[in-house]
Amino acid sequence: MSVNENTVRHIARLARIALAEDQVAPMADELNGILRWIAQLQEVDIAGVAPLTSVVNQQLKMRDDVVTEGGEADALMANAPRTEDHFFVVPKVVE
Amino acid sequence: MPLPSAPTEFTLAEARDALCAKRVSAAELTAACLGAMAEARVLNAFITETPERATEMAAASDRRLAAGEARPLEGIPLAIKDLFCTKDVRTTAGSRILENFVPPYESTVTQNLWDAGAVLLGKTNMDEFAMGSSSETSWFKPVVSPWRARHSNQDVVPGGSSGGSAAAVAANLCLGATGTDTGGSIRQPAALSGIVGMKPTYGRCSRWGVVAFASSLDQAGPMTRTVRDAAILLNAMASVDPKDSTSVNTSVPDYEQGIDHGVKGLRVGVPREYRIEGAPHEIDALWSKGVEWMREQGADIVEVSLPYTKYALSVYYIVAPAEASSNLARYDGVRYGLRATDVHDVVELYEKSRAEGFGAEVRRRILIGTYVLSAGYYDAYYVRAQKIRALIAQDFARAFEHCDVLLTPSTPCSAFALGAKTADPVAMYLNDVFTVTVNLAGLPAISIPAGLTETGLPLGLQVIGKAFDEKLVLRAGHAIEEAAEFRASPARWWAR
Repeated sequence: MSVNENTVRHIARLARIALAEDQVAPMADELNGILRWIAQLQEVDIAGVAPLTSVVNQQLKMRDDVVTEGGEADALMANAPRTEDHFFVVPKVVE
Repeated sequence: MPLPSAPTEFTLAEARDALCAKRVSAAELTAACLGAMAEARVLNAFITETPERATEMAAASDRRLAAGEARPLEGIPLAIKDLFCTKDVRTTAGSRILENFVPPYESTVTQNLWDAGAVLLGKTNMDEFAMGSSSETSWFKPVVSPWRARHSNQDVVPGGSSGGSAAAVAANLCLGATGTDTGGSIRQPAALSGIVGMKPTYGRCSRWGVVAFASSLDQAGPMTRTVRDAAILLNAMASVDPKDSTSVNTSVPDYEQGIDHGVKGLRVGVPREYRIEGAPHEIDALWSKGVEWMREQGADIVEVSLPYTKYALSVYYIVAPAEASSNLARYDGVRYGLRATDVHDVVELYEKSRAEGFGAEVRRRILIGTYVLSAGYYDAYYVRAQKIRALIAQDFARAFEHCDVLLTPSTPCSAFALGAKTADPVAMYLNDVFTVTVNLAGLPAISIPAGLTETGLPLGLQVIGKAFDEKLVLRAGHAIEEAAEFRASPARWWAR
């Protein structure tokens, strides 16, 4: 399997990373270099093998559904590039 | 002993004893480290130095010591990888996108260290978002290793991604450091920099407040000059944390206790698949020496097989980018981090902020991750990789039916010149061929400095253990350390 330039444009869009037109072909080459290398996984017989999703052999922990911390709006907003009061500001979304 | 720079040459254990015996004060120790750091700025080991905080913390430790209320790491100056969030101290993950990020909270691991009395010297440089094996992908410029080949002025890499921590420990700028290890990022730089680096069992140290890369693989651990120091640091770093759902409910033993009990009767497995074509002869020779050291100390050597080893890196380069693409979706230019200017709509804000904020390697991995998770490819890549990950974990489970620990080389090569591998991602990825299997299986492992190449650069040996068998890993590591008698240290070419 390999990616062509259209696929690269598509995944860059999905990943929300702007890719200038002159970066598309080099990126396709780089990704194909990696994909060629990981293609060796196709030769492994995986019939009947369950996927490993966690190496931790314990039930996911549950906790009581209660407020443990809060009231830290100033701290939460402190790193935001643009704010108004306690709101994050983004470019206009609705015309 | 030359003073005042001598305190920086203490091991962590020696410093602890000297502090308790009042032979040195925390203020003196911290000042000596800060001085060494200032002298070694050419190594670029730190992104942010925190001399004021360090001085305050040291003064507080001296008061505790005077009052007889010393905690386990009282007054010990440490360097912290810039992946651990530190409250009110800039935390960048080596990325432009977090260049000005000041966390309003503290990671659990660092909080544990401060609660034990340790002193923060600064935040260490690293590959951007821990993605790399040379500490060259940092937005804050590459780390330079304190090591150089004999008769050479060529800068070499410290390894990565925890290369700033490795360089700081190797150059005696601190008494110990934290690292994180997703595919080898503690053990590989430890090996290349001639220090000890340990990746504990997945779930042993909390991931809370550690900037996420690949959540099913990431694990924090100690980087030190001796195995005993690693045990002392791990004692404080490890905890059961309700804030991390994968933190395992197993109490933390005393890792230092019993470390020198030796390896008599221990079954040491030697996996035949770790002998790879084209690796330098020195790697194999050191490994054979390590096996001999274990045998001489009374261990039983068992040949074992880990047949799926050769697929581990490929599995890793599907699983880790997939998780990274998901984790790094949070950097959107809105809530924190770099925000692109001159944009017309919100999608353009995301796309431009992320294009400007992420470096080439991070962008590449996000795109690979997005691709292997995208519709039509998820089963062929991601699910297949998870299944082969299960087979790799099974390999270890079978091997451990016949042995107690495994002994392998840490890396397939020694430190290389800056820039030597930056043009070829796959060549860089191969650095982690001996370390990455351990992350996929979630096991503990340690790298011990064990020898030098003909040109005088360090090489390491790796001990791998069963899950939560850190004590045995440390004990076996200590035996290697004793036998190897690694006493080499970098010539201080940066201090003129």
